[in-house]
Amino acid sequence: MEKFLYLFRGGENHAHNANDSEAAAKNMQAWGAWMQDMQQKGILAGGEALQPTGKQVNGTKKVVTDGPFVEAKELVGGFLLINAKDINEAVEISKGCPIFHENGKVEVRPIQKMEM
Amino acid sequence: MSSGKNSDVHKIVDHLFRREAGKMVSVLTRIFGFKNIEQAEDVVQDTILKALEVWKFGKVPENPEAWLYHAAKNKAIDMLRRQQLKYKIDSDISYLLKSEYTLAPALNEMFTENEIKDSQLRMMFACCNASFTQEAQITLILKTLCGLSAKEIGKAFLSNEETIQKRIYRTREKIREENITLDYPGANAMTQRTDAVLKTLYLLFNEGYHSSHPEKLIREDLCEEAMRLCLLLIENPKTNLPQTNALLALMCYHVSRFGARLDDKGLIVLLKDQDRNQWNKILIEKGNEYLNYSAIGKMVHDFHIEAAIASAHANTTSYENTDWKMILNLYDTLLNRTNNPMVAINRAVVLGEAEGCHKAITELEKLKGFTENCYYNTSLAEMYMRVGDKETAKKIFGKALELTSSNAEIELIRRKMKMCS
Amino acid sequence: MEKFLYLFRGTENNAHDMRDNNLSPEDMQAQMQKWMTWMKGLGEKGILVGGEPLQVTGKQVTGTKKVVTDGPFIEAKEIVGGYLIVNAKNIDEAVEISKGCPVLEVDGKIEVRPIQNM
Repeated sequence: MEKFLYLFRGGENHAHNANDSEAAAKNMQAWGAWMQDMQQKGILAGGEALQPTGKQVNGTKKVVTDGPFVEAKELVGGFLLINAKDINEAVEISKGCPIFHENGKVEVRPIQKMEM
Repeated sequence: MSSGKNSDVHKIVDHLFRREAGKMVSVLTRIFGFKNIEQAEDVVQDTILKALEVWKFGKVPENPEAWLYHAAKNKAIDMLRRQQLKYKIDSDISYLLKSEYTLAPALNEMFTENEIKDSQLRMMFACCNASFTQEAQITLILKTLCGLSAKEIGKAFLSNEETIQKRIYRTREKIREENITLDYPGANAMTQRTDAVLKTLYLLFNEGYHSSHPEKLIREDLCEEAMRLCLLLIENPKTNLPQTNALLALMCYHVSRFGARLDDKGLIVLLKDQDRNQWNKILIEKGNEYLNYSAIGKMVHDFHIEAAIASAHANTTSYENTDWKMILNLYDTLLNRTNNPMVAINRAVVLGEAEGCHKAITELEKLKGFTENCYYNTSLAEMYMRVGDKETAKKIFGKALELTSSNAEIELIRRKMKMCS
Repeated sequence: MEKFLYLFRGTENNAHDMRDNNLSPEDMQAQMQKWMTWMKGLGEKGILVGGEPLQVTGKQVTGTKKVVTDGPFIEAKEIVGGYLIVNAKNIDEAVEISKGCPVLEVDGKIEVRPIQNM
């Protein structure tokens, strides 16, 4: 068993689109169902949704800017931490994510094991 | 590799493992939590088995401790990553174990010298928790900090392996039921809990010193362990109390005589016959130092008195020059404070030196309930021998002979009986 | 108290990828130690919630067709190298706290994002 991170990008930001309450509810339900299923199988290890705002701290001078100002489809909207045998399994599991219905994408990254 | 060399390696390795097992179990239990102590012990067992396997045909690595720690660390990290621990880990450091950013560095840090000492200190307190009986406390310290097996502990206390196993099991259950952790006692409980630890170390030391093992009179290992653990208490300001120093002084004085207690044939040499040039002067000096440090504050602890008695012997150049009256006074004080049978018997022996053997005989025969105690009988017999009643002496020596399984003691008593013929 | 996410983006000198940089073992150890010290500080103050370093490799699953590609193939300095979750009063405090992060010493950057309470 290894740990992987899903970074979610794109898809509709339902939480902040007031006109979309029915679609928003449906979307939340779909996410909830997917995550519950993973939880029951012991796959889910954590995760959070993110607000679309933020700040950025840059470089050695620690310059603070508002942001991140990237295209909506590149903005990280949330993440999940999951358990899977290997990256291919992690990829397969990710395909159950509702974000794909909205043309979003999932970046699948293995957690780095730090050795001594 | 010749078999001679192999057995040398085995000796070094046994000693190393015993010493390091205690340290590693303490550190791993700190990491895993007290409830998971069995798994901590398993990791250490596996590590040692692995070492035996790998070192068998090669040689013992230059830094064997580092090798052991490295192997134990890796196994622990693996278990944490796979979440293989039976009980939830919940300590002040458990958050460090949940992220890859800090998991390996945290484990590295836990295996540094200061942290290893800290973990052992915490383990001492945990083993001497007020919820455990005195027997259980000693058993836990021997098992957990000193690396003894249940079988070895059984032998040390003339009990059997099964009883010890049961005791350990019940204590572990208690740990889980009562959520006992490796946290330090609160500030207001510190002195009381330190006293509990000191008492246990004292009993442990005595076990090594007056060993009931048939094979070896002096279990130097146990004494060494007790001293090592006592030194840990001294090095930490929280536990560096006057009585801690008094206990270490006492142990230094006793151990200073190790070189003189057996002659080159392995036969027992009594105090009055010992070659005082063989006494370890450095240890006596150390004893004096710690006795000095212990002379702080108003509280007199039993250890202060015992250390003073030991000091009186250690700092006297010959048996004949010993200030018996002063020692007798110290024993009188001690006897008022404790009902330890050894104290009463020792006092009677000193009385014999200070005021004559007849008085000693009277005193000893006044004591009730020690007829099955070997030391009581040899002391009494010795007194009869000295007043010239060889027949009675021989009879009582004969009784004593039945009460010991120590080869060295048996041999000594036989020698004495010969002198009575 | 609110929760915030830090997304770390580094440079080629991101010590968390052992294969992809030219740091000596001692330098790597030193970097790891810096992270440990910083995070321990946060942990002792109850600020730290969790976090993980990431391997530089990965895969990407994209769009309605769920196309799987190797990745992330973007500039090294834009790859997310790790994340942390912290407790802070507000985003400005979260930003201040983040300034202690060793990634900035190697000219990396930190994206600070408020976590959505569901």
